[in-house]
Amino acid sequence: MTDGRWIIPLSIVTAMALMILPMPDALQHLRPDWVALACVYWIIALPQRYGVVMAWICGLFLDVLQGTLLGQHAVALAFTGFMAHKLHLQLRNFPVVQQSLAVAALIFIYHFLLLWLDGIVGTPTSTNVLWGPPLSSMLFWPIVFGVLRDLRRRARLS
Amino acid sequence: MGPTRDSDAKPLFQQTASPGLRVVILLIVSVTMMTLDHRFHHLDSLRRAMSVLVHPLRVLVDLPVRASRALSESLTERSQLLQDNSELRAQHLTDSQAIQRMAAIEAENARLRALLQSSAPVADRALVASILSVDLDPFRHRVVLTRGTREGVFSGQPIIDDHGVLGQVDHPGYLSADALLITDPDHAIPVVVNRNGLRTIAVGTGEIDRLELPFLTNRADVREGDLLVTSGLGGVFPAGYPVAVITRVARDPGRQFASVSARPTAALDHVREVLLLFPDTGSDDQVEEQLATEGDDGD
Repeated sequence: MTDGRWIIPLSIVTAMALMILPMPDALQHLRPDWVALACVYWIIALPQRYGVVMAWICGLFLDVLQGTLLGQHAVALAFTGFMAHKLHLQLRNFPVVQQSLAVAALIFIYHFLLLWLDGIVGTPTSTNVLWGPPLSSMLFWPIVFGVLRDLRRRARLS
Repeated sequence: MGPTRDSDAKPLFQQTASPGLRVVILLIVSVTMMTLDHRFHHLDSLRRAMSVLVHPLRVLVDLPVRASRALSESLTERSQLLQDNSELRAQHLTDSQAIQRMAAIEAENARLRALLQSSAPVADRALVASILSVDLDPFRHRVVLTRGTREGVFSGQPIIDDHGVLGQVDHPGYLSADALLITDPDHAIPVVVNRNGLRTIAVGTGEIDRLELPFLTNRADVREGDLLVTSGLGGVFPAGYPVAVITRVARDPGRQFASVSARPTAALDHVREVLLLFPDTGSDDQVEEQLATEGDDGD
Protein backbone atom coordinates (compact mmCIF):
# COMPACT_ATOMS: atom_id res chain seq x y z
CA MET A 1 0.00 0.00 0.00
CA THR A 2 2.84 2.39 0.72
CA ASP A 3 5.20 1.49 -2.11
CA GLY A 4 2.92 2.76 -4.87
CA ARG A 5 2.72 6.28 -3.45
CA TRP A 6 5.24 7.70 -5.92
CA ILE A 7 2.68 7.66 -8.72
CA ILE A 8 0.88 10.60 -7.11
CA PRO A 9 3.77 13.10 -7.25
CA LEU A 10 4.70 11.66 -10.64
CA SER A 11 1.22 12.28 -12.04
CA ILE A 12 1.23 15.83 -10.70
CA VAL A 13 4.70 16.61 -12.09
CA THR A 14 3.56 15.23 -15.47
CA ALA A 15 0.49 17.47 -15.28
CA MET A 16 2.75 20.46 -14.57
CA ALA A 17 4.92 19.59 -17.59
CA LEU A 18 1.75 19.50 -19.73
CA MET A 19 0.82 22.94 -18.37
CA ILE A 20 4.00 24.54 -19.78
CA LEU A 21 4.28 22.42 -22.94
CA PRO A 22 4.55 24.79 -25.93
CA MET A 23 1.30 24.89 -27.91
CA PRO A 24 0.22 26.82 -31.00
CA ASP A 25 -1.24 30.23 -30.23
CA ALA A 26 -4.68 29.22 -31.46
CA LEU A 27 -4.90 26.51 -28.81
CA GLN A 28 -3.42 28.65 -26.01
CA HIS A 29 -6.77 29.33 -24.39
CA LEU A 30 -8.04 25.77 -24.82
CA ARG A 31 -5.40 24.08 -22.69
CA PRO A 32 -7.03 21.77 -20.13
CA ASP A 33 -6.03 22.44 -16.53
CA TRP A 34 -4.04 19.27 -16.12
CA VAL A 35 -2.84 20.01 -12.59
CA ALA A 36 -6.34 20.84 -11.40
CA LEU A 37 -7.68 17.64 -13.00
CA ALA A 38 -4.99 15.50 -11.34
CA CYS A 39 -5.61 17.15 -7.96
CA VAL A 40 -9.36 16.65 -8.27
CA TYR A 41 -8.84 12.99 -9.14
CA TRP A 42 -6.58 12.26 -6.16
CA ILE A 43 -8.86 14.13 -3.80
CA ILE A 44 -11.87 12.13 -4.99
CA ALA A 45 -9.99 8.84 -4.92
CA LEU A 46 -8.12 9.24 -1.61
CA PRO A 47 -9.96 11.93 0.38
CA GLN A 48 -8.45 10.81 3.71
CA ARG A 49 -4.92 11.48 2.56
CA TYR A 50 -5.17 14.26 0.01
CA GLY A 51 -7.17 17.42 0.37
CA VAL A 52 -6.88 21.16 0.29
CA VAL A 53 -3.29 21.30 1.55
CA MET A 54 -2.01 19.18 -1.34
CA ALA A 55 -4.02 21.29 -3.79
CA TRP A 56 -2.62 24.46 -2.25
CA ILE A 57 1.00 23.27 -2.52
CA CYS A 58 0.44 22.23 -6.16
CA GLY A 59 -1.03 25.66 -6.82
CA LEU A 60 1.98 27.37 -5.26
CA PHE A 61 4.34 25.46 -7.56
CA LEU A 62 2.09 26.36 -10.50
CA ASP A 63 2.47 30.02 -9.53
CA VAL A 64 6.24 29.78 -9.66
CA LEU A 65 6.13 27.73 -12.86
CA GLN A 66 3.86 30.18 -14.68
CA GLY A 67 5.29 33.34 -13.16
CA THR A 68 2.00 34.55 -11.70
CA LEU A 69 1.41 36.22 -8.36
CA LEU A 70 2.61 33.93 -5.57
CA GLY A 71 -0.59 32.49 -4.06
CA GLN A 72 -2.95 33.10 -6.98
CA HIS A 73 -3.16 29.58 -8.35
CA ALA A 74 -2.66 28.28 -4.80
CA VAL A 75 -5.81 29.84 -3.42
CA ALA A 76 -7.89 29.00 -6.50
CA LEU A 77 -6.75 25.38 -6.49
CA ALA A 78 -7.21 25.04 -2.72
CA PHE A 79 -10.80 26.23 -3.05
CA THR A 80 -11.45 23.89 -6.01
CA GLY A 81 -9.90 21.04 -4.01
CA PHE A 82 -12.10 21.92 -1.07
CA MET A 83 -15.23 21.63 -3.20
CA ALA A 84 -14.03 18.37 -4.72
CA HIS A 85 -13.41 17.11 -1.18
CA LYS A 86 -16.90 18.13 -0.07
CA LEU A 87 -18.49 16.43 -3.06
CA HIS A 88 -16.26 13.36 -3.27
CA LEU A 89 -18.96 10.88 -2.25
CA GLN A 90 -21.35 12.15 -4.93
CA LEU A 91 -18.64 12.53 -7.59
CA ARG A 92 -17.43 8.97 -7.08
CA ASN A 93 -20.87 7.55 -7.76
CA PHE A 94 -21.56 9.61 -10.85
CA PRO A 95 -21.19 7.97 -14.27
CA VAL A 96 -18.20 9.37 -16.20
CA VAL A 97 -20.27 11.76 -18.35
CA GLN A 98 -21.92 13.35 -15.35
CA GLN A 99 -18.55 13.47 -13.62
CA SER A 100 -17.17 15.41 -16.58
CA LEU A 101 -19.91 18.00 -16.25
CA ALA A 102 -19.23 18.38 -12.53
CA VAL A 103 -15.51 18.72 -13.24
CA ALA A 104 -16.25 21.38 -15.86
CA ALA A 105 -18.15 23.32 -13.21
CA LEU A 106 -15.22 23.00 -10.77
CA ILE A 107 -12.71 24.16 -13.39
CA PHE A 108 -15.00 27.04 -14.29
CA ILE A 109 -14.99 28.20 -10.67
CA TYR A 110 -11.20 27.75 -10.59
CA HIS A 111 -10.79 30.00 -13.62
CA PHE A 112 -13.30 32.47 -12.32
CA LEU A 113 -11.20 32.85 -9.16
CA LEU A 114 -8.00 33.26 -11.20
CA LEU A 115 -9.57 35.94 -13.40
CA TRP A 116 -11.10 37.67 -10.40
CA LEU A 117 -7.70 37.87 -8.71
CA ASP A 118 -6.19 39.15 -11.98
CA GLY A 119 -8.86 41.85 -11.99
CA ILE A 120 -8.08 42.88 -8.39
CA VAL A 121 -4.37 43.15 -9.15
CA GLY A 122 -5.20 45.21 -12.24
CA THR A 123 -4.07 42.93 -15.06
CA PRO A 124 -6.49 43.46 -17.92
CA THR A 125 -7.88 40.16 -19.18
CA SER A 126 -10.81 39.24 -21.34
CA THR A 127 -13.68 37.16 -19.98
CA ASN A 128 -14.04 35.38 -23.34
CA VAL A 129 -11.17 33.12 -22.38
CA LEU A 130 -13.07 31.89 -19.33
CA TRP A 131 -14.94 29.26 -21.37
CA GLY A 132 -12.12 27.39 -23.11
CA PRO A 133 -10.36 25.58 -20.25
CA PRO A 134 -13.53 24.21 -18.54
CA LEU A 135 -14.70 22.88 -21.90
CA SER A 136 -11.43 21.18 -22.81
CA SER A 137 -11.02 19.91 -19.24
CA MET A 138 -14.48 18.36 -19.50
CA LEU A 139 -13.51 16.57 -22.71
CA PHE A 140 -10.23 15.29 -21.26
CA TRP A 141 -11.58 14.26 -17.85
CA PRO A 142 -12.61 10.70 -18.92
CA ILE A 143 -9.03 10.09 -20.18
CA VAL A 144 -7.40 11.53 -17.03
CA PHE A 145 -9.82 9.57 -14.88
CA GLY A 146 -9.21 6.32 -16.76
CA VAL A 147 -5.41 6.62 -16.75
CA LEU A 148 -5.12 7.64 -13.10
CA ARG A 149 -7.61 5.01 -11.92
CA ASP A 150 -5.68 2.36 -13.80
CA LEU A 151 -2.41 3.55 -12.22
CA ARG A 152 -3.99 3.66 -8.79
CA ARG A 153 -5.32 0.12 -9.08
CA ARG A 154 -1.97 -1.20 -10.27
CA ALA A 155 -0.24 0.50 -7.36
CA ARG A 156 -2.95 -0.86 -5.04
CA LEU A 157 -3.64 2.51 -3.51
CA SER A 158 -6.98 2.85 -1.80
CA MET B 1 -17.32 2.30 1.13
CA GLY B 2 -13.91 0.79 1.81
CA PRO B 3 -12.04 4.06 2.28
CA THR B 4 -14.77 5.57 4.47
CA ARG B 5 -14.59 2.63 6.86
CA ASP B 6 -10.82 2.89 6.67
CA SER B 7 -10.97 6.46 7.91
CA ASP B 8 -13.31 5.46 10.72
CA ALA B 9 -10.62 3.10 11.88
CA LYS B 10 -8.11 5.94 12.15
CA PRO B 11 -9.25 8.49 14.69
CA LEU B 12 -6.07 10.47 14.08
CA PHE B 13 -7.53 11.94 10.90
CA GLN B 14 -10.73 12.92 12.64
CA GLN B 15 -8.88 15.01 15.17
CA THR B 16 -6.98 17.13 12.66
CA ALA B 17 -8.45 20.36 11.33
CA SER B 18 -11.52 19.96 9.12
CA PRO B 19 -11.17 20.77 5.41
CA GLY B 20 -13.32 23.84 5.91
CA LEU B 21 -11.04 25.26 8.59
CA ARG B 22 -7.96 24.37 6.55
CA VAL B 23 -9.24 26.11 3.46
CA VAL B 24 -9.99 29.25 5.48
CA ILE B 25 -6.47 29.21 6.96
CA LEU B 26 -4.93 28.66 3.52
CA LEU B 27 -7.08 31.46 2.11
CA ILE B 28 -5.75 33.89 4.69
CA VAL B 29 -2.16 32.70 4.07
CA SER B 30 -2.60 33.05 0.29
CA VAL B 31 -4.08 36.53 0.49
CA THR B 32 -1.22 37.60 2.75
CA MET B 33 1.29 36.11 0.32
CA MET B 34 -0.29 37.76 -2.69
CA THR B 35 -0.29 41.13 -0.94
CA LEU B 36 3.34 40.75 0.10
CA ASP B 37 4.30 39.64 -3.40
CA HIS B 38 2.33 42.29 -5.27
CA ARG B 39 2.92 45.34 -3.10
CA PHE B 40 6.25 44.81 -1.37
CA HIS B 41 8.10 42.04 -3.26
CA HIS B 42 8.95 40.42 0.07
CA LEU B 43 8.62 36.88 -1.26
CA ASP B 44 11.32 37.06 -3.92
CA SER B 45 13.59 34.73 -1.93
CA LEU B 46 10.82 32.10 -1.65
CA ARG B 47 10.12 32.39 -5.37
CA ARG B 48 13.83 32.10 -6.11
CA ALA B 49 14.15 28.94 -3.99
CA MET B 50 11.08 27.35 -5.60
CA SER B 51 12.22 28.30 -9.09
CA VAL B 52 15.34 26.17 -8.58
CA LEU B 53 13.05 23.18 -7.88
CA VAL B 54 10.93 23.99 -10.93
CA HIS B 55 13.89 24.58 -13.27
CA PRO B 56 14.53 20.89 -14.21
CA LEU B 57 10.90 20.55 -15.34
CA ARG B 58 11.22 23.58 -17.61
CA VAL B 59 14.45 22.24 -19.10
CA LEU B 60 12.81 18.84 -19.61
CA VAL B 61 9.87 20.37 -21.49
CA ASP B 62 12.26 22.47 -23.58
CA LEU B 63 14.43 19.43 -24.44
CA PRO B 64 12.39 17.94 -27.35
CA VAL B 65 12.14 21.33 -29.06
CA ARG B 66 15.87 21.91 -28.63
CA ALA B 67 16.67 18.39 -29.88
CA SER B 68 14.53 18.79 -33.01
CA ARG B 69 16.24 22.09 -33.78
CA ALA B 70 19.67 20.55 -33.32
CA LEU B 71 18.66 17.64 -35.55
CA SER B 72 17.37 19.89 -38.34
CA GLU B 73 20.57 21.95 -38.10
CA SER B 74 22.78 18.89 -38.40
CA LEU B 75 20.76 17.63 -41.35
CA THR B 76 21.06 20.90 -43.29
CA GLU B 77 22.61 20.34 -46.68
CA ARG B 78 26.16 21.34 -47.43
CA SER B 79 25.12 23.66 -50.26
CA GLN B 80 22.69 25.42 -47.96
CA LEU B 81 25.43 25.87 -45.36
CA LEU B 82 27.83 27.25 -47.95
CA GLN B 83 25.20 29.69 -49.16
CA ASP B 84 24.42 30.81 -45.60
CA ASN B 85 28.11 31.23 -44.96
CA SER B 86 28.68 33.48 -47.97
CA GLU B 87 25.58 35.53 -47.15
CA LEU B 88 26.76 35.99 -43.56
CA ARG B 89 30.23 37.00 -44.77
CA ALA B 90 28.72 39.68 -46.99
CA GLN B 91 26.54 40.84 -44.13
CA HIS B 92 29.56 40.95 -41.83
CA LEU B 93 31.48 43.08 -44.33
CA THR B 94 28.72 45.70 -44.58
CA ASP B 95 28.24 45.65 -40.80
CA SER B 96 31.91 46.18 -40.07
CA GLN B 97 32.01 49.05 -42.53
CA ALA B 98 29.15 50.66 -40.58
CA ILE B 99 30.98 50.01 -37.30
CA GLN B 100 34.15 51.69 -38.60
CA ARG B 101 32.22 54.89 -39.25
CA MET B 102 30.43 54.42 -35.94
CA ALA B 103 33.73 54.55 -34.02
CA ALA B 104 34.60 57.90 -35.53
CA ILE B 105 31.13 59.27 -34.91
CA GLU B 106 31.14 58.05 -31.30
CA ALA B 107 34.45 59.83 -30.65
CA GLU B 108 33.09 63.00 -32.22
CA ASN B 109 29.90 62.69 -30.20
CA ALA B 110 31.87 62.25 -26.96
CA ARG B 111 33.88 65.41 -27.75
CA LEU B 112 30.75 67.42 -28.50
CA ARG B 113 29.06 66.15 -25.34
CA ALA B 114 32.13 67.05 -23.30
CA LEU B 115 31.85 70.58 -24.71
CA LEU B 116 28.21 70.69 -23.65
CA GLN B 117 29.17 69.24 -20.24
CA SER B 118 26.65 66.42 -20.59
CA SER B 119 27.27 62.77 -19.78
CA ALA B 120 28.82 60.61 -22.46
CA PRO B 121 27.03 57.34 -23.21
CA VAL B 122 29.21 54.35 -22.43
CA ALA B 123 29.25 50.91 -23.99
CA ASP B 124 27.14 48.29 -22.20
CA ARG B 125 28.37 44.84 -21.26
CA ALA B 126 26.14 42.02 -22.52
CA LEU B 127 25.48 38.35 -21.76
CA VAL B 128 23.97 35.92 -24.26
CA ALA B 129 20.97 33.93 -23.01
CA SER B 130 18.52 31.66 -24.76
CA ILE B 131 14.78 31.49 -24.25
CA LEU B 132 13.28 28.20 -23.06
CA SER B 133 10.33 27.14 -25.18
CA VAL B 134 7.81 26.76 -22.40
CA ASP B 135 4.38 28.36 -22.24
CA LEU B 136 3.63 30.52 -19.22
CA ASP B 137 0.39 32.21 -18.23
CA PRO B 138 -1.46 32.72 -21.55
CA PHE B 139 -2.68 36.18 -20.51
CA ARG B 140 0.80 37.58 -20.03
CA HIS B 141 3.74 38.06 -22.31
CA ARG B 142 6.51 36.42 -20.36
CA VAL B 143 9.48 34.24 -21.24
CA VAL B 144 11.97 32.13 -19.31
CA LEU B 145 15.68 32.79 -19.87
CA THR B 146 18.45 30.27 -19.22
CA ARG B 147 20.53 32.65 -17.10
CA GLY B 148 20.01 33.47 -13.45
CA THR B 149 21.50 35.30 -10.51
CA ARG B 150 24.43 32.86 -10.74
CA GLU B 151 25.55 34.84 -13.82
CA GLY B 152 24.71 38.19 -12.24
CA VAL B 153 21.22 38.66 -13.70
CA PHE B 154 19.19 41.18 -11.70
CA SER B 155 15.61 42.39 -11.52
CA GLY B 156 14.87 45.10 -14.09
CA GLN B 157 17.76 44.10 -16.36
CA PRO B 158 17.11 45.13 -20.00
CA ILE B 159 16.91 42.41 -22.67
CA ILE B 160 17.51 43.04 -26.39
CA ASP B 161 17.83 40.97 -29.55
CA ASP B 162 19.58 41.91 -32.79
CA HIS B 163 16.74 44.23 -33.86
CA GLY B 164 15.74 46.01 -30.70
CA VAL B 165 14.50 45.97 -27.13
CA LEU B 166 12.69 42.81 -26.05
CA GLY B 167 11.80 43.45 -22.42
CA GLN B 168 13.21 43.29 -18.93
CA VAL B 169 13.94 40.69 -16.27
CA ASP B 170 11.11 40.37 -13.79
CA HIS B 171 11.88 37.55 -11.35
CA PRO B 172 15.51 36.42 -11.49
CA GLY B 173 16.06 32.91 -10.12
CA TYR B 174 19.34 31.18 -9.38
CA LEU B 175 19.47 29.18 -12.64
CA SER B 176 16.80 30.86 -14.76
CA ALA B 177 14.99 34.17 -14.92
CA ASP B 178 11.41 35.14 -15.75
CA ALA B 179 11.25 38.12 -18.06
CA LEU B 180 8.50 40.53 -19.07
CA LEU B 181 8.19 41.45 -22.77
CA ILE B 182 7.49 45.03 -23.83
CA THR B 183 4.09 43.95 -25.22
CA ASP B 184 2.85 42.70 -21.82
CA PRO B 185 -0.12 44.81 -20.69
CA ASP B 186 1.76 45.56 -17.45
CA HIS B 187 4.80 46.96 -19.23
CA ALA B 188 5.63 50.52 -20.20
CA ILE B 189 8.87 51.81 -21.68
CA PRO B 190 10.06 55.42 -21.98
CA VAL B 191 10.90 56.15 -25.63
CA VAL B 192 11.87 59.04 -27.84
CA VAL B 193 10.95 59.59 -31.49
CA ASN B 194 14.29 59.26 -33.28
CA ARG B 195 13.43 61.84 -35.96
CA ASN B 196 12.72 64.81 -33.68
CA GLY B 197 13.49 63.81 -30.08
CA LEU B 198 9.87 63.85 -28.91
CA ARG B 199 9.66 61.97 -25.59
CA THR B 200 6.76 59.68 -24.69
CA ILE B 201 5.93 56.26 -23.22
CA ALA B 202 5.11 53.07 -25.12
CA VAL B 203 2.71 50.75 -23.31
CA GLY B 204 2.18 47.03 -23.99
CA THR B 205 -1.21 45.94 -25.27
CA GLY B 206 -1.22 42.17 -24.80
CA GLU B 207 -0.88 41.70 -28.57
CA ILE B 208 2.53 40.42 -29.60
CA ASP B 209 2.96 42.86 -32.51
CA ARG B 210 1.52 46.10 -31.13
CA LEU B 211 2.48 48.80 -28.63
CA GLU B 212 0.38 51.82 -27.81
CA LEU B 213 1.48 55.41 -27.27
CA PRO B 214 -1.40 56.84 -25.26
CA PHE B 215 0.23 60.11 -24.17
CA LEU B 216 0.69 61.88 -27.51
CA THR B 217 -1.51 64.91 -28.13
CA ASN B 218 -3.27 65.51 -31.43
CA ARG B 219 -0.72 68.13 -32.38
CA ALA B 220 2.29 65.92 -31.62
CA ASP B 221 4.70 65.55 -34.52
CA VAL B 222 4.61 61.80 -35.22
CA ARG B 223 4.20 60.01 -38.52
CA GLU B 224 3.83 56.46 -39.68
CA GLY B 225 7.24 54.90 -40.09
CA ASP B 226 8.92 56.90 -37.31
CA LEU B 227 11.43 54.92 -35.30
CA LEU B 228 11.11 54.93 -31.51
CA VAL B 229 14.29 54.41 -29.50
CA THR B 230 14.79 54.12 -25.75
CA SER B 231 15.19 57.51 -24.10
CA GLY B 232 17.20 56.35 -21.10
CA LEU B 233 14.76 58.06 -18.75
CA GLY B 234 13.54 55.95 -15.86
CA GLY B 235 16.91 54.32 -15.40
CA VAL B 236 15.94 50.82 -16.56
CA PHE B 237 16.76 50.85 -20.25
CA PRO B 238 19.94 52.49 -21.53
CA ALA B 239 19.37 55.19 -24.16
CA GLY B 240 19.51 54.65 -27.90
CA TYR B 241 18.20 51.13 -28.51
CA PRO B 242 15.43 50.78 -31.13
CA VAL B 243 12.06 49.77 -29.69
CA ALA B 244 9.32 50.04 -32.30
CA VAL B 245 8.20 51.61 -35.58
CA ILE B 246 4.99 53.63 -35.66
CA THR B 247 2.38 51.87 -37.78
CA ARG B 248 -0.74 53.96 -37.29
CA VAL B 249 -1.55 57.52 -36.25
CA ALA B 250 -5.24 58.38 -35.92
CA ARG B 251 -6.15 61.94 -34.97
CA ASP B 252 -9.69 62.54 -33.82
CA PRO B 253 -10.32 66.30 -33.44
CA GLY B 254 -12.87 65.59 -30.71
CA ARG B 255 -10.23 64.07 -28.48
CA GLN B 256 -7.21 65.52 -26.82
CA PHE B 257 -4.90 62.59 -27.47
CA ALA B 258 -4.08 60.87 -30.75
CA SER B 259 -4.39 57.12 -31.00
CA VAL B 260 -0.94 55.87 -32.01
CA SER B 261 0.17 52.26 -32.48
CA ALA B 262 3.64 50.91 -33.07
CA ARG B 263 5.15 47.56 -34.05
CA PRO B 264 8.13 46.31 -31.99
CA THR B 265 11.33 45.97 -34.04
CA ALA B 266 12.52 42.95 -32.02
CA ALA B 267 11.25 39.53 -33.11
CA LEU B 268 9.26 39.04 -29.92
CA ASP B 269 7.46 35.86 -30.91
CA HIS B 270 10.17 33.78 -32.51
CA VAL B 271 13.50 34.90 -31.09
CA ARG B 272 15.63 32.20 -29.41
CA GLU B 273 18.87 33.93 -28.49
CA VAL B 274 18.82 37.25 -26.65
CA LEU B 275 21.28 39.62 -24.99
CA LEU B 276 21.07 40.64 -21.35
CA LEU B 277 22.56 44.11 -20.92
CA PHE B 278 24.59 45.26 -17.95
CA PRO B 279 24.29 49.05 -18.15
CA ASP B 280 27.54 50.58 -16.95
CA THR B 281 26.89 51.89 -13.45
CA GLY B 282 30.21 53.72 -13.39
CA SER B 283 28.90 56.41 -15.77
CA ASP B 284 27.53 58.65 -13.01
CA ASP B 285 30.89 58.71 -11.25
CA GLN B 286 32.58 59.52 -14.52
CA VAL B 287 30.24 62.43 -15.14
CA GLU B 288 30.80 63.77 -11.64
CA GLU B 289 34.54 63.42 -12.05
CA GLN B 290 34.38 65.15 -15.42
CA LEU B 291 32.29 67.99 -14.01
CA ALA B 292 34.58 68.27 -11.01
CA THR B 293 37.68 68.56 -13.18
CA GLU B 294 35.98 71.05 -15.50
CA GLY B 295 34.91 73.05 -12.48
CA ASP B 296 38.51 73.14 -11.34
CA ASP B 297 39.55 74.34 -14.77
CA GLY B 298 36.98 77.12 -14.59
CA ASP B 299 38.33 78.32 -11.26
